[in-house]
Amino acid sequence: MHDAHHAEPTGFLSRVVFSRDHKVIAKQFLLLGLLFLGLGGILALLIRWQLAFPGKPVPIVGQYLFSATAGAISPEGYTMLFTMHGTIMIFFAITPMLIGAFGNLCIPLMIGARDMAFPLLNMLSFWVAAASGVVLAGSFFVEGGAAMAGWTAYPPLSGATATPGLGQTLWAVSLFLGGVSTLMGAINYVTTILMLRAPGMGFFRMPLSVWGLGLAAVLNILFVPVIAAALLMLILDRVANTGFFVSGAQPGSAGDPLLFQHLFWIFGHPEVYILILPAWGIVSDLLAVFSRKPAFGFKATAIAMSSIVVLSTVVYGHHMYTVGLSPGLGKAFMSLTMLISIPSSVLFLNWLGTIWRGSIRLEPAMLFALGVVFVFGMGGLTGLFLGAITTDIYLHDTAFVVGHFHYTMAASVLFGSLAAIYFWFPKMFGRMLCPELARLHFWFTFLPLNLVFFPMLIEGYGGMPRRLYEPTSYKYLVQFQPVNQLITFAAMVLGLAQLIFVWNVVRSLWAGERAPANPWEATTLEWLTPSPPPHENFDVIPEVHRGPHEHSRPDVPDRDWIGQWESQAPAAPQTPPAPPADSEAVAV
Amino acid sequence: MQAEATADTLPVPHASGEPTAGKVGMWIFLVTDALSFGGLLIGYASLRSWSPTWPVPSSVLDIPLTALNTFVLICSSVSMVLAVSAAEAGDRKSVIRWLGATVAGGLCFLSIQAYEYHHLISGGLSLSSSLFGATFFTLTGFHGAHVASGVLYLSTLLFGVLAGKFVGHGDSHIEIAGLFWHFVDLIWILIFTFVYLV
Repeated sequence: MHDAHHAEPTGFLSRVVFSRDHKVIAKQFLLLGLLFLGLGGILALLIRWQLAFPGKPVPIVGQYLFSATAGAISPEGYTMLFTMHGTIMIFFAITPMLIGAFGNLCIPLMIGARDMAFPLLNMLSFWVAAASGVVLAGSFFVEGGAAMAGWTAYPPLSGATATPGLGQTLWAVSLFLGGVSTLMGAINYVTTILMLRAPGMGFFRMPLSVWGLGLAAVLNILFVPVIAAALLMLILDRVANTGFFVSGAQPGSAGDPLLFQHLFWIFGHPEVYILILPAWGIVSDLLAVFSRKPAFGFKATAIAMSSIVVLSTVVYGHHMYTVGLSPGLGKAFMSLTMLISIPSSVLFLNWLGTIWRGSIRLEPAMLFALGVVFVFGMGGLTGLFLGAITTDIYLHDTAFVVGHFHYTMAASVLFGSLAAIYFWFPKMFGRMLCPELARLHFWFTFLPLNLVFFPMLIEGYGGMPRRLYEPTSYKYLVQFQPVNQLITFAAMVLGLAQLIFVWNVVRSLWAGERAPANPWEATTLEWLTPSPPPHENFDVIPEVHRGPHEHSRPDVPDRDWIGQWESQAPAAPQTPPAPPADSEAVAV
Repeated sequence: MQAEATADTLPVPHASGEPTAGKVGMWIFLVTDALSFGGLLIGYASLRSWSPTWPVPSSVLDIPLTALNTFVLICSSVSMVLAVSAAEAGDRKSVIRWLGATVAGGLCFLSIQAYEYHHLISGGLSLSSSLFGATFFTLTGFHGAHVASGVLYLSTLLFGVLAGKFVGHGDSHIEIAGLFWHFVDLIWILIFTFVYLV
């Protein structure tokens, strides 16, 4: 399949729509993810409106969206908003952006392959994801509206009695399809990494982005099928009245709602790492590139990420401390959860070690990578309180949990995606983004983001439940109303700031400066080939001679980097790489 | 590692048993598919262990008939092995014979399962009649869907072989399909044990 050059397809359909080229599929996933990110963001702002001004009509859009209640958000509408916000952001915004887009773009380019191992499967993966997105978006328009059982869809809330509408069934169908798409992608990623690395590209010469993406794919392969089985049972419960999860639906049945929680979190906890691992890998690479130093403790970072993968499979019970688990089981899950802080700390210290005394270049991608370091620190530290049973029992189902997982997911993963976009946009589209606008975008995202999520930690500590429709209905929560309004204003600024990003991308696509092959003076293989890369990526498959972050080597004269493809230090900067003689056979 | 990487970038035919992207991809798919059965089996085990009224399977299900069906499926695995080795040897006629036998075995399995379903449903067992019915039809139905896709998969290959493809040194299409077929067979042995016998 990869033995020879294939002719580039010429028709519009085969080049743009049903393309099998991983770079085109990456762009398709990016567009899908950004569209859903916008939709999920709008839902978040509606949730925030209700929390800041409970029962007041939503300005401008309220009269169209909530005409039955004169523009105000009803309790059912509010439930639908937070359910769909969570689902969309996790499965349809950051998953397509990080795993779909950057998994597709980076893996073949960074390991020196012409494409994925299975290009047709890759194309199907995108179109199944698109279909699943259409089903989910369509569920807003069916009778009774979209799903309302929370993004975790615990039965009996997600059973046919509590949520009889078609929307909840479509939610489950859509997630099932999304799982199928993810699996197609994951099988492709792992096979590609195992089989199609360029000559010399050993595992410990792969960039950490590829490590992160590959490990995330391994977790997907192991745990997406489990949630798919649970969703299948949930769908059957709803359409065929099977009663797996809902007790008492028929005589003699003893359906078990907790069974769904177990199956959900067996997948759901690794899912957190599925999303954060690519971000970790990307950040590790970016910090090295923009500190002009090798990644500190490169092997330790790779091994720490791998051990987190292993540990993440045995800690899911920490989501269920309050459901009545056996106390012994709870303690075991707590101990295992706490073990994760060891490799996480290794990662974190290695990041600090990488930037320590580096010649830091504060390019926009670096700003966002540093942003990840900060917000992931916040997310990780707040996680300790939820991993320990004693504090979790108090904080469970409060706004503290919301603040915590938004620090890890909405902040770390989103910043990781944005860092990736700023870093690889020139490679993807052949144009440079405007750095001044990008810096503005960073500060107007970073500061409001902390103003949104940090106060949630305080509110949660003060006892404010999550998923609360009317915060002022509890006397002890009235004092938090100014905080709620502050969060909402910060969220609006955060939302508006994203327009800077949209403008920057649109402007650059048309009028951006043309990108050179290696604008960041980075060392990994994707910077060897022109921006954007030609069909099948490389004229000649490069031979890999060194690790992925060889910056500031004393034996390299005149410049502070040497590419993985360069067999020896060039005499002068910008020497074109010599094609390795023994890979001629590959090129023809 | 280097050898591994170059193995797939050079246009040399692969000897049988050597990893190719296709085989590695199929193995990874089988891992993920095994875990989807794993999810359903966890559900089955958990529901059954807490249920106060679980029937003794043999009082509801026809064990001898299904034992015969299990035997049919195992035989089709044998014919699959013969088809794979014939494909390696480049013996097109034998490939057609054994692949045809495997497809026939799969169809026979599905027919007996359809008869069994008909019998049980007319006896009042259904997806919504009890948790026993729900888990039984979900597990065996999910497996039956695998057998049906396997039959389609193998039939496609059979037509390909009839058209002169897939046989000969270095072609692993039939070997890869064999992996899937043996997996479906293996899963059935687990389901037969846990749902029918235990």
